[in-house]
Amino acid sequence: MPLTIDSNLPAPDTFYEALIDTHRDLTDAQSAELNAALILLLANHIGDMDVIRDALARARRSVLPDDGAAP
Amino acid sequence: MTIDYQALEFAYKKHPDQSCPAPASHRVVVVGAGPVGLTTALDLAQRGVRVVVLDDDCRLSTGSRAICFAKRTLEVWDRLGVGQPMVDKGVSWNVGKVFFRDQEVWRFDLLPEPGHRRPAFINLQQYYVEGFLHEAACAHPLIDLRWKSKVVGVTQRPGGVDLSVETPDGAYALQAEWLVACDGARSPVRKLLGQESHGRVFKDRFLIADVRMTADFPAERWFWFDPPFHPNQSVLLHMQPDNVWRIDFQLGWNADPVEAVKPANVLPRIRALLGADAQFELEWVSVYTFACERMDAFRHGRVVFAGDAAHRVSPFGARGANSGVQDAENLAWKLQAVLDGAAPEALVDSYAAEREQAADENLLNSTRSTDFITPKSAVSRSFRNAVLNLAREHPFARGLVNSGRLSLPTTYAGSPLNTSDADAFAGRLAPGAVALDAPVRDAAGNEAWWLSYLDGRFALALFCGGRAPDGATLAALRQLARGAAPLRIVLVGDGSAPLDAPPDIAVVHDSQGLLAQRYDARPGTCYLLRPDQHVAARRRAFDAAAMAGALARALGHA
Repeated sequence: MPLTIDSNLPAPDTFYEALIDTHRDLTDAQSAELNAALILLLANHIGDMDVIRDALARARRSVLPDDGAAP
Repeated sequence: MTIDYQALEFAYKKHPDQSCPAPASHRVVVVGAGPVGLTTALDLAQRGVRVVVLDDDCRLSTGSRAICFAKRTLEVWDRLGVGQPMVDKGVSWNVGKVFFRDQEVWRFDLLPEPGHRRPAFINLQQYYVEGFLHEAACAHPLIDLRWKSKVVGVTQRPGGVDLSVETPDGAYALQAEWLVACDGARSPVRKLLGQESHGRVFKDRFLIADVRMTADFPAERWFWFDPPFHPNQSVLLHMQPDNVWRIDFQLGWNADPVEAVKPANVLPRIRALLGADAQFELEWVSVYTFACERMDAFRHGRVVFAGDAAHRVSPFGARGANSGVQDAENLAWKLQAVLDGAAPEALVDSYAAEREQAADENLLNSTRSTDFITPKSAVSRSFRNAVLNLAREHPFARGLVNSGRLSLPTTYAGSPLNTSDADAFAGRLAPGAVALDAPVRDAAGNEAWWLSYLDGRFALALFCGGRAPDGATLAALRQLARGAAPLRIVLVGDGSAPLDAPPDIAVVHDSQGLLAQRYDARPGTCYLLRPDQHVAARRRAFDAAAMAGALARALGHA
């Protein structure tokens, strides 16, 4: 199954609020570790290396638009 | 009376070769009397090949160095008859624990199933390993070990190598049909040939301390990430024989290696781990940096490289000395087969191909471990810490914790010596894999281990169930054993009935059924195993032509 890029969350604003709220009162270092933990949990849940690689490449392109050779 | 192997000095003796008007000629010369060189020499000698071993020093290793010796290495040494003293002296262990800051986050068992002769690992100071190998080498009439003999010239010519050897009595010339360079990470032979290793050097330093003390830590591998007693760095603790404990402290790249080994700087680090009142003596201290690199090719004409001379890895995973011993076992039987005329010289190319593949696997694992243990960026550290934090409660994260992926033998998938399966098999023993051990009973009903039947010859193992093969099959099996390379026939019964076989055919009983389980074998299944105990071919039914073809292929005749 390919990476879903169309809207898949029933309540996007609720998700976004929960995401930001999770970082409440954290230092930057703690936030970085929280984000890392979140990525690890979700990646394991997805469990499909093709989907994960697609997401990794798209995420990298989102900050480096010309980086066609992203991993 | 225990021997202090670190204190031994071996006398230089002038050899008659040094007074020969023309250079003496030898079949195989091994350079380096470390674990890899001595294992190579013993394996060759037990195959009837006369070996000269040259070493530029006259002492064994100082300090514990390699320390962790893997199950596979012990199995190789069992075949060479030196495994038992290693295991008797060593500290056996299977369990590792990982700590993050002040908490245990994970515990793993490297040998979770019973029915193996050897543990996952033993810890043993390298000087004991070299001491036991040296004793065995001295006892072997085909091994000629020459101390204080430094190779200073290597010239290749068709069919051999010309050597120049420097000794306290001056230099002399030697000729060898094959030269095996086991002369360590800085390999002088490699330099003499103008070759180099390529790879990554890591900007980090580690302090190793051998500490003598009585302590009640268990015989387990303990690894700390960022512990309170050594913040922001890692620490590794191992139990060794003689109440000696090995502690590795990560220091970082900026540490001064000269200052770091001074007792005034070492003792506080150890007290921080053990407690202010701990009583201990420092046995040996050293600082190391490491590289992950290898030579592009392990064979150059009649010179073959093995061990650290050919490849270097980071220490996490115990893949250095262990892979070197596997180099030795891969090479010895091939050199024998070529020297005996049973195989073409190209068989030695398969050594290079298989062990370069193994080196790549070891390099990949050890580089990944190093990147986890010493994160190179802030984000890499965040992920590392997140994995360790999650590991306590989330099983998936434990699989990501990487404090070293500990040495396992490489499966030579895709080796030109393999014959592909034609039948369906389950399990781990695909062509190229190393044979698994299992408890068995000999023909007289005594307990034995399967691997002891794979004695350095090729082996054709035929699973028979409760009935010996018919006369025609036996005749075909014996025909196979009459080829150019030594081959042993082993009939595997299920213990329900004795198997009648002529005396040149071994009989063993898989009375617990574990062998059949591990080899996914049924009555009729046969395996062709190489002299280094790797699987060459397997079939559901014995087919003389197919097995003869597989044997020829495993000897490089393909």
